[in-house]
Amino acid sequence: MAAAHVSDFIGDWHTLAVLLVAGVIPNQIWRMLGLWLGGGLDEGSDLLVWVKAVATAILAGVIAQILVHPPGALASVPWFLRYGALAAGFAAFMATQRSIFAGVVCGEVVMLAGKWWLG
Amino acid sequence: MTLPPLDSQQWNGAIRAFGWGLRATSATILSMVLFVTFIGIGALAHDTHFSMLWAILSTVLVWAGPAQIILVTTLGSGQTIVQSAIAVTMSAIRLFPMVVAVMPLLRTPATKRRQLVLVAHFTAVTLWVECYRFLPHVPRERRIAFVHGLGTGLITIGLVATIIGYLLAANLSQTFGAAVLLLTPLAFLFSTARNSRELADVLALALGLVFYPVAALLNSGVDILVSGVAAGTIAFGVHKWRQRT
Repeated sequence: MAAAHVSDFIGDWHTLAVLLVAGVIPNQIWRMLGLWLGGGLDEGSDLLVWVKAVATAILAGVIAQILVHPPGALASVPWFLRYGALAAGFAAFMATQRSIFAGVVCGEVVMLAGKWWLG
Repeated sequence: MTLPPLDSQQWNGAIRAFGWGLRATSATILSMVLFVTFIGIGALAHDTHFSMLWAILSTVLVWAGPAQIILVTTLGSGQTIVQSAIAVTMSAIRLFPMVVAVMPLLRTPATKRRQLVLVAHFTAVTLWVECYRFLPHVPRERRIAFVHGLGTGLITIGLVATIIGYLLAANLSQTFGAAVLLLTPLAFLFSTARNSRELADVLALALGLVFYPVAALLNSGVDILVSGVAAGTIAFGVHKWRQRT
């Protein structure tokens, strides 16, 4: 029994190797490139302002991706409820002088209430 | 929490600075956001049949929420390792400018590149944002030790949350599972919006949200990169144009 628990915990080695190839290496490459090539850049330079704007926009894209192509259990929530929850959360965020907490709670409540109402 | 003044004795020694960095993680709403996000990631890893060790290693070694979510969802939906690696690589591009932006805050003329390797590993959206907030209040020669403490604290929070989320997922209904997964986009959106003070950042965020669904119609496989570069470049262009007039 104990051995079975340990192997459940570890999973299979193939999947762990996939984590390294598809997860760890692609992330560390960009970090180390930033460390290597970023040395000569000035904080206020145009290049850095541009690169920061692109980084922010890519993160925004990831947010949109989770809502547009939802993973796992989130796919059980209809699209109008996903977007509606985000919009309601954003309204609460703005109304509370940018409280992240208020935005997250409001978005979650709207999603849960909508799901309950739809049955 | 307030950090001691720049000339305080409290900054003597790297270990004390590390301790201040560690303690700084308790002072921030972003630690809560991080906690909530990684509960979602742990739950997602469980639901897509990855092992607990896999989830733990992904948090400690990848240490980038969006990349971990993309990795889990692509592999979980049966895409090939190559497709998954490309999608993760694209999402990870945003780490490059973050590292580039953080380094000048830490460097002194005597700093060697290898001293910054661990800082580069810790760099992700939370650390990036917190560096801008905390580092002006940290003496420059103590900043690397401070960020080592900050990064260690943040990864520990993420790790604990991953384990909790993984264990929770086994016991959640589909509705609550969806609620846990919705935490991630909400937390990312509001924490980024909160830290977007410059017009260029606000525009990049708003345009990035709007452009992705359009870019996704192209179905190019690099949709996030296309929408990100387009939105970021337009935001930068508007920023330059406003500066000129």
